[in-house]
Amino acid sequence: MTTVEKFLKKPIFSLIFSVLLGFLVSSIILVITGYSVPDVLQSLFEGVFSRPRHMANVIIKSTPIILTGVSIALAFKAGLFNMGAEGQFILGSVAALITGSILDLPPVLQVLAIIVSGIIAGALLGALTGFLKSKFGAHEVITGIMFNWMALHFSNFIVNLKEFHKPNSASTFPIKSSGFTGIRSNLGFLKDTSFSDILKTEVNLGIIIAVIVAIFMSIVINKTKKGYEICAIGLNEKAAESAGMNVFKNIIQVMTVSGGISGLAAALMVTGISPHSVSASTNFENNGFNGLAVALIASNSPIGCIFSGLFFGGLLYGGRSVQADVGTPSEIINIIIGVIIFFVAIAKIFPLVVSKFSKKNCEENHA
Amino acid sequence: MPSLLFILSATLMYSAPLVFAALGGVISERSGVINIGIEGMMVIGAFAATTTAHFTGNPWLGFVFGGLAGGILALLHAVACVFLKADQTISGVAMNLIGPGLSMFLCGVLFDGNSTTTPIKNKLPKILVGSDIDIASLMSLLLSVLIWFVFSSTKWGLRVRAVGENPAAADSLGISVSKIRVFSVILSGILAGFGGSAITLGIVTQFSSSCVAGQGFMALSALIFGKWKPFNTYLACLFFGFAQVLSITLNSGSESVLPPVILAILPYLLTISVLIFFVGKSVAPKANGVPYEKSML
Amino acid sequence: MSLETQISPKYAVQMRGILKSFGAKKVLSEFNIDIKKGTVHALLGENGAGKSTLMNILYGLHRADCGKIFLNGKATNIRSPADAIKNKIGMVHQHFMLIDKFTVLENVILGNETTNKFGILNIKKARDRILKVSRKHGLNIDLDAKVEDISVGMQQRVEILKALYRDADILIFDEPTAVLSPAEIEDFIRIIRKFILEDKTVIIVTHKLREIMNSADKCTIIRSGINVDTLDITEKTCQKDLAQGMICSFTGSNVKRDKFNPGNVVLRVKNLNTKNEKKVLALKNFSLEVRAGEILGVAGVDGNGQKELVDSITGLLKVESGTIEINGKQIQNTSPRNVLDNKVSIIHEDRSKVGLILDYTVAENSVITKYRSANFSKHGILKRKSIRSFAKNLIEKYNIKPNNCANIPARNLSGGNQQKLAIAREISNEPDLLIAVQPTRGLDIGAVEHVHNVLIEERSKGRAILLISLEIDEILQISDTVCVIYNGCNLGEFDRNAADGKKVTNKKKSDKRTLDEKETISKKESDKTTPDEKETINKKESDKRILDEKEIGFLMMGGRKNDYSRKIS
Repeated sequence: MTTVEKFLKKPIFSLIFSVLLGFLVSSIILVITGYSVPDVLQSLFEGVFSRPRHMANVIIKSTPIILTGVSIALAFKAGLFNMGAEGQFILGSVAALITGSILDLPPVLQVLAIIVSGIIAGALLGALTGFLKSKFGAHEVITGIMFNWMALHFSNFIVNLKEFHKPNSASTFPIKSSGFTGIRSNLGFLKDTSFSDILKTEVNLGIIIAVIVAIFMSIVINKTKKGYEICAIGLNEKAAESAGMNVFKNIIQVMTVSGGISGLAAALMVTGISPHSVSASTNFENNGFNGLAVALIASNSPIGCIFSGLFFGGLLYGGRSVQADVGTPSEIINIIIGVIIFFVAIAKIFPLVVSKFSKKNCEENHA
Repeated sequence: MPSLLFILSATLMYSAPLVFAALGGVISERSGVINIGIEGMMVIGAFAATTTAHFTGNPWLGFVFGGLAGGILALLHAVACVFLKADQTISGVAMNLIGPGLSMFLCGVLFDGNSTTTPIKNKLPKILVGSDIDIASLMSLLLSVLIWFVFSSTKWGLRVRAVGENPAAADSLGISVSKIRVFSVILSGILAGFGGSAITLGIVTQFSSSCVAGQGFMALSALIFGKWKPFNTYLACLFFGFAQVLSITLNSGSESVLPPVILAILPYLLTISVLIFFVGKSVAPKANGVPYEKSML
Repeated sequence: MSLETQISPKYAVQMRGILKSFGAKKVLSEFNIDIKKGTVHALLGENGAGKSTLMNILYGLHRADCGKIFLNGKATNIRSPADAIKNKIGMVHQHFMLIDKFTVLENVILGNETTNKFGILNIKKARDRILKVSRKHGLNIDLDAKVEDISVGMQQRVEILKALYRDADILIFDEPTAVLSPAEIEDFIRIIRKFILEDKTVIIVTHKLREIMNSADKCTIIRSGINVDTLDITEKTCQKDLAQGMICSFTGSNVKRDKFNPGNVVLRVKNLNTKNEKKVLALKNFSLEVRAGEILGVAGVDGNGQKELVDSITGLLKVESGTIEINGKQIQNTSPRNVLDNKVSIIHEDRSKVGLILDYTVAENSVITKYRSANFSKHGILKRKSIRSFAKNLIEKYNIKPNNCANIPARNLSGGNQQKLAIAREISNEPDLLIAVQPTRGLDIGAVEHVHNVLIEERSKGRAILLISLEIDEILQISDTVCVIYNGCNLGEFDRNAADGKKVTNKKKSDKRTLDEKETISKKESDKTTPDEKETINKKESDKRILDEKEIGFLMMGGRKNDYSRKIS
């Protein structure tokens, strides 16, 4: 096997290849529909990198999906497909809203209370999913889908309660301002510097927490006894069980933590980003589902989720300027992501293709 | 209080899209391929149907194209799952991103950057002039009978079931597992496309990002609730449709006995209870979700 | 056989120069075989000799890398089962290819349905045809029963019906009697003998001598993918000849066996009742004891409760009643972890599914049952360094290849080395009780020997070893005590005459040591047997070699001990 071949067979190459194919297929669609690919790419690029404000917004946009990505990646390690991250996120945001509206504590405590309530709500739903899986064998993808919709309907129900509902709108009143985590006001010293642009955005502490969580989970998975057990269960449940690991307990634990992280993502969004409220909706906001894409692109590495989350967040944010500048519908981004995920799903074949190709080359050389 | 007749016809109307999509799911899963991409296939079907109906003025042509669009998306899923041994859940997730993404993108392209299509002029007709029962409702009923018949009494049905239960056995009898699975998945996409069409051509008159809004997932619940059997699935869809109608009518009325949120949640709650109560009992096709590879022995 | 038989229509099947490898492993090399029309032809060989592969090639499930197939004297291309069916070949696989939820009728017609032009099934016509076939061959069966509800013997009939329904003239049976009861085996032999009268050809793949003696006309012996010999089976053919051809790979262990000197009882299973997955009682009042320094071999046909026995002991399966004690401490219905903590180690039957986590590295796999100990983790953090050096030790000590494999996934090791790893890990736990389930399954000769040596070594160190194997030869060779499990019951134990150590050593020098070694096994009936039986057996001292194997085999197949005594006297 040559070095080139070895490199081509690495998972990272499959990933790069998938991403390139995602852009390629989308480019073809753009060409067919009469858009200029370079224009779109340029606008996408500028939409993200041209101003510090844009970059800050990308980070803000990425924060929740990095966290839901980590949540899903963690579950993946235990062999669980946490399709229910969306519902855990929704429940987390509802809990954050209720806590943030009802309680009125001093700023730091208020924020802590909101975050804890979000984590607990998400964790409870995750735990329930894990329990149904390990006790009854109910597949977590199916129960996850069901819980997502139940959470959405429940959220709409709460939003429409007169205690929370803001008249003549689709959303609730914002939470008490003591629960806001924006740090704009603390950055006044930057006012006259070139960073002043950032002040127009809602910079908040979320990203720092997201990165800490990702690193922490990475350590748990790779360095600890618990992580060793989780991965063993994910790779070979039977072997893990007969080696004395408690599969039942571990599945529930992992789903609890996974749900908790999704709930945390929601709480950080409610505290960090205006309108600091929850809206009624007939459809999902996709924070959980996008997390699925983030985790898949990151090959379920928590640290990788930081980067793939930023990548995804960048695409989502840049997609808006594509629509504004070039007039290309921003949904082209969803197509790109969808195609990438599609190729990630069939990534197993890339090494095989490489083998076949190199074999052929070999035979030709010998002939 | 709405009349009984109204509730009946509304139930039939709301359940029709679910029936199409869920029956598609039944076919795919009975052949052994999990299809959580039904939602995406419904969306693209709904879009293709409205667009065709808008430009041709013919809702029937729209219906056909809706099915075709769903089928083409399903072809991708089939190739990935059957030939490339993809993870069926991940591929389904991709379908749910690509379907709506492509629909909304093309919608923007074709309708001047709008996120909805222009409302169509001609909906699918009612069965009888003056009645309120949709033709799609009738078609969905006939389809469920047809699929039940195909499954129980035809060669093709026997083979699909065999492939979903024990592909190795089918293979050893000279039946092509891949062919049957690809065919079944494409058919499920076509039916999901019909389901999407039934929404935009029968219930609402235009395509928007939220016109399907989870009906594909509800169809998935219905087929589990119906234990993968065509006629049971039909009944499950009727029930889910009924719950939808009730939650809408109760929402509009001020005095309600049951909070609408309970009704909205009920179908999902029931599906989970089915998953729990039938624990250990093999209701699902045995080889569902397992890519078939010839063994090395 | 160097003599090339001519291609002729007299032969139902002739295969020439068949070559097949899976990856780097050569399974069949230049294989030739002739099977005469209207005969029962047996293919005899050890596990992994290549006999099933050969038949899968004939049936189109695999394609040979090289070689030709002639059917009735004509070169035929068989690329798929569909081709084979078209050429009137039918195959009954070892694991039946039936759809459990279908009725018998549906299973029979699948793939060859009678329909009208719209594809609608004509069940009545199909039923008539099946009934005609089944009457003709005496295969009575309820066509409307679901396959999951009928017995294994009946399921085999369904498979035979499937082949006959397709007008098969050549019927292949892969290990047909592995799961049948003695009565069912008799039935089966009667049925296939009948086929011969209609000029059909039957090929039986098996590694059981007795079946061949009872049913076959000819027998081809396969060893490591090579056709060793083809014999006519006559009254005079001796099982010994067949066995010699087949199992020359089967060598005696080279480890010097200490005198059998059992210590305290380590494992005591008492009146155990356990239900299997289908909620049917799989172990019935099962009792056994294993002492320190003893290898107890449990012989039996697959599916007679072995799995449930192991799972009950290891804590994976709930016990209905009865007790399991390790060193006097009850452990039933606790947890796998508690069992491990009581110094029990298990070499699993299926290393790729249960024994190892193939995507974990060799180092990670080496501590899978002991990562909790203070040596390998502290405050919840793994000590990667000590794990690695521990693994390196094991690799060196047990000669696991490649020798720098600590950081590569276990998946990349060969089967033999994976098994070495699994065994090394379990032994390094220094258990009181070592359970070995089919420890040599799918291994090549060298690896088998290594495993046997290790087990005997551990026995000499005073460990109690419970060996569960489907290979009676393996059990006879390395066990001190043998018991037979049938239908969830322990049919009794036989002590190996360990006082005879001298004899064993002598025999090793002789060429036929394998077969002779079995002579050393004498029978001291356990206390349950009556003096009468003991006498009967002692009288037959001269036939003991065959008797040992046959009697155990007889019991394995469900014969009662008393019946057997009567038969031989």
